[in-house]
Amino acid sequence: MRVQAEPFDVGQELAQLTAGNTGIGGVASFTGLVREFAGGRRLTSMTLEHYPGMTELELARVEAEALARWPLDASLIVHRYGKMLPGEPIVLVATASAHRHAALESCAFLIDWLKTRATFWKFEEGEGGGLWVEAKEADDAATKRWHLATGGELV
Amino acid sequence: MKILYFAWLRQRTGTPTETIELPDGVTTVAGLMAHLGERHPAFAEAVGAGGIVRCAVNQRHVDRDHPVANGDEVAFFPPVTGG
Repeated sequence: MRVQAEPFDVGQELAQLTAGNTGIGGVASFTGLVREFAGGRRLTSMTLEHYPGMTELELARVEAEALARWPLDASLIVHRYGKMLPGEPIVLVATASAHRHAALESCAFLIDWLKTRATFWKFEEGEGGGLWVEAKEADDAATKRWHLATGGELV
Repeated sequence: MKILYFAWLRQRTGTPTETIELPDGVTTVAGLMAHLGERHPAFAEAVGAGGIVRCAVNQRHVDRDHPVANGDEVAFFPPVTGG
């Protein structure tokens, strides 16, 4: 798990994740990018504010939860903060396992949980000025689906 | 007690962080929010206007009935929007 201002290279990150472990049969990954259009307007940049300290703790908690639920050989979360331009990567989530289902499911779980728990806030600048992005109910629903699936408690 | 504000709550209160002495009788997040609303009318307005405000005590997400004590680090912020 890493929180950083600098961009990252997805190919390089995935290669490092699986290097030296030939027991891995598959890697699933999700990369979030800065969209140029949001809410019908064109963005010039996006700035991510975060809560240093809690962000790292929360990402570590989410990652530990995935490792407890699925038989994973490796996992990785890289999340950026600061100012980004359209097209740049924001977040990378990757999971590696002997078989595809564990990798695919845990990857979806990680990004869903991260979106409702990790302490980041998006500020979009573009036509008409700057706006704080509002949380979506669909994101909460996506997280709750993992609680229903396992009977876990929503904390 | 250290208080932190993030995103639009930071802009409304005009400060990212402040240190306060917890008044007698304030024992929960809800009580603390009422107290902070007296210090920062903009905070009270934001909460009162139906703005959704979340809280973390010592860097863990908590509900408003969670206890607070002097020495805690308490953060207030809108629902998160990372990812």
